[in-house]
Amino acid sequence: MAKNGVLEPAHSITSFYKYQGKYHGTFAWILSTDHKRIGLLYLFSILLFFSVAVFFGFLMRLKLIAPGFALMKPQMYNAIFTLHGIIQIFLVVIPAIPAIFGNFFLPIQIGARDMAFPRVNLLSWWLYASGAIIVFLSLFTGGGPVDTGWTFYAPYSLRTTVNVPLAVFGVFVLGMSSILTGVNLVTTTHWLRAPGMSWFRLPLFVWGIYATAWVQILATPVIAITLVLIMIERYFGVGVFDPAKGGDPILYQHLFWIYSHPAVYIIILPAMGVISEVIPVFARKNIYGYKAIAFSSIAIASVGSLVWGHHMFVSGQSDLASVIFSLLTFLVAVPSAIKVFNWVATLYKGSIELKPPMLFALTFIFLFSIGGLTGLIQGALAVNMHLHDTYWVVGHFHYIIFGGMGFGFLAAIHYWFPKMFGKMYNWKRAAWGWLILFIGFNVLYFPMLILGWEGMPRRYYDYPPQFHTLHLISTIGSWILIAGLIWIFFNLFQALRKGERAGDNPWGGATLEWQIPSPPPMENFEKIPTVEKGPYEFGSLRIEKL
Amino acid sequence: MESHQDDTGSKIGMWLFLLSEILLFGGLFILYSSYRYKNPADFHLAAWELNRALGTLNTLILITSSLFMALSIYFLRKGGRNLSMLFLCATIFLGLLFLGVKYVEWTAKIGHGLYPNSLRLLGRSKGEILFYGLYYSTTGLHGLHVLVGLLILSVMLVLMMKGKVNENRFIPLENTGLYWHLVDIIWIFLFPLFYLIP
Amino acid sequence: MESGLKGWSMKNNKFQTYLLVWLGLVILTAITVSMAGMNLGPMSIGIVLAVAAIKSGLVLGYFMHLKYETGLLFKLMIPIVLAVLTVFIGLTFTDIAFR
Repeated sequence: MAKNGVLEPAHSITSFYKYQGKYHGTFAWILSTDHKRIGLLYLFSILLFFSVAVFFGFLMRLKLIAPGFALMKPQMYNAIFTLHGIIQIFLVVIPAIPAIFGNFFLPIQIGARDMAFPRVNLLSWWLYASGAIIVFLSLFTGGGPVDTGWTFYAPYSLRTTVNVPLAVFGVFVLGMSSILTGVNLVTTTHWLRAPGMSWFRLPLFVWGIYATAWVQILATPVIAITLVLIMIERYFGVGVFDPAKGGDPILYQHLFWIYSHPAVYIIILPAMGVISEVIPVFARKNIYGYKAIAFSSIAIASVGSLVWGHHMFVSGQSDLASVIFSLLTFLVAVPSAIKVFNWVATLYKGSIELKPPMLFALTFIFLFSIGGLTGLIQGALAVNMHLHDTYWVVGHFHYIIFGGMGFGFLAAIHYWFPKMFGKMYNWKRAAWGWLILFIGFNVLYFPMLILGWEGMPRRYYDYPPQFHTLHLISTIGSWILIAGLIWIFFNLFQALRKGERAGDNPWGGATLEWQIPSPPPMENFEKIPTVEKGPYEFGSLRIEKL
Repeated sequence: MESHQDDTGSKIGMWLFLLSEILLFGGLFILYSSYRYKNPADFHLAAWELNRALGTLNTLILITSSLFMALSIYFLRKGGRNLSMLFLCATIFLGLLFLGVKYVEWTAKIGHGLYPNSLRLLGRSKGEILFYGLYYSTTGLHGLHVLVGLLILSVMLVLMMKGKVNENRFIPLENTGLYWHLVDIIWIFLFPLFYLIP
Repeated sequence: MESGLKGWSMKNNKFQTYLLVWLGLVILTAITVSMAGMNLGPMSIGIVLAVAAIKSGLVLGYFMHLKYETGLLFKLMIPIVLAVLTVFIGLTFTDIAFR
């Protein structure tokens, strides 16, 4: 029965937590094919690996607190920044939003009972866990932890005696997980939409995930073969990247970045999708420029696959290639900017509620803009000569990945927490956590932009005294940032244990997940809904009081 | 009606997976095209050393196995279970034959001392070293895909014998067929690029 | 929206089609092999790839039933993947060919 456009919540149906299936206990989770349970499996594994990588980041910043500080040997430092990169990129930021929130919410948002291939979905998580274990094993076997940087550049990766093969094999397995998730998400979006759920009534989160999934399918195989070639090269010496045999190390870079640049769009597009969800709800206003945002997701995925050479301006590639890649890089900023303009236009004359999800969403826009603009600056050829491999780049990508995707992730968890767990967290504490994190973030990363501009190289374990002050500030920033993260997650953890019971629609959202119980029942909908309006048409929707 | 819908969803998923496989070999084609462009004469020299007769034979083997695969599905959907299984067996047989020929080719080359990092190969020109490097990598990866395909085809055969894949539930065989045809298509490109460089 | 994706039916499926396609593939193979002996200069890679493309088209269209599939997604898959490969190889060549 529907009242005021809201379905009566079916409280008599058990939540997906309480569902009793074939298996019991832990097996009921790690062998479950339910997309919500799988989403949570990813949530907890990803947060675990994120903590490890943050710890490595903490160690790196600690080493750099003062010149000459002998906290660890250079080899150890190389291993730590390599692992920090591998874990953050391949184990955290690439899978996070698609595998956690895409899995949990895409089926619900399109009105489906589960993903198109539930068993493949479970396989994806097992591949993810296996890849993580393999990478972990590479730390303690065959020569020890990798020291090549997460980019595994040839020829060094072919010659260094550390356990490159096992580490890249782990990443290969993680890639397989990503491809299968992509296949699942594209098929589900095409095939399992509820009646009335036309393409242009889809939530923009779905558009973001959909565009991302195509990139996962088409780009990931290229790094897969590249990593396989590293292993083949190390064991058999085929010569494809070895100049002594006619091979070209620059071709390695081409193959590597042909995936790894689109990978950053795999990273950011879902986060942008989250922002497109949060802003209309907390501005109580329909999104401005729905189609522009939807198509810009496709445009970013497409044009973003053409710019990989901007990582290689100083590699020795041809001037012509550099010019073309620089031009294309400028072009890809356009669809991203379109999104920012549309989000801001949505805010204009909206009824803005600064609840925690909105705090994270608004700061996303600010931090992502800094990240994007610094990207444009280093995308200019002449400037890049000066900035390549300096701390400027490190600052840039942390603004865009952490400031962008990271804050988008935090917006997502704060937005969807009540739906996923049926509990509400403390808003005030969440806001404090946000503030501490935001301050720590900028104190940590803004100095890097200045350091880089002044010539401080990246991946160096020491530096001359002139860079001391900024490094010190940055390290202190890392402590504030970590305090903020701990605050935020502790707040959420407390909510899990003893938070207030959340209603079905505490934020007044109009997308389908808010029309079902918190937490959702096993197959999401008592009856598959027929969709009659757009995702941000709030109209006469009743908003529950908590 | 439900299962019909599931069938198409299943097929879409398989096609999307095949797209990823195409890109996997695509990476090797990027390398191949770059190195051939830079070493045209050497590539021609090395390609001429490959056994064109065996390569052509393997091409015909795979093309015919594709025919048999398609016929296997055709007969399954028409209700001719036994004919379907016969053609499936024939497909597997031809796949094994393909691997056999590949084995003969590889061992011949290895026997002549022409394999990655061999002294003899290292004495050749850079373009030839790269050609062989790409030859072994690409045909090796392809052969691995043939092997996996044969395993899946065998599983399909068993499922058909048990009746779990039948006239009403044929999508697993169709999807397997899609995979097998892709393996054929990759070889269709591989063959002229490695064996027939004029 | 799913109406376009009902898949190919057995109605127009004829045994002879498969045999004809197989024959076409064999003939095209013979053509490719015989062309290897000729000297066609810079055109050779283009012609070789074109023949391979035609053979692949036959396999895709008839053995894999792409010709009989309805729905925008099926029609776009191969063009998308070809476009992606072309772009990857093409942009790489702006480096390789101009150093």
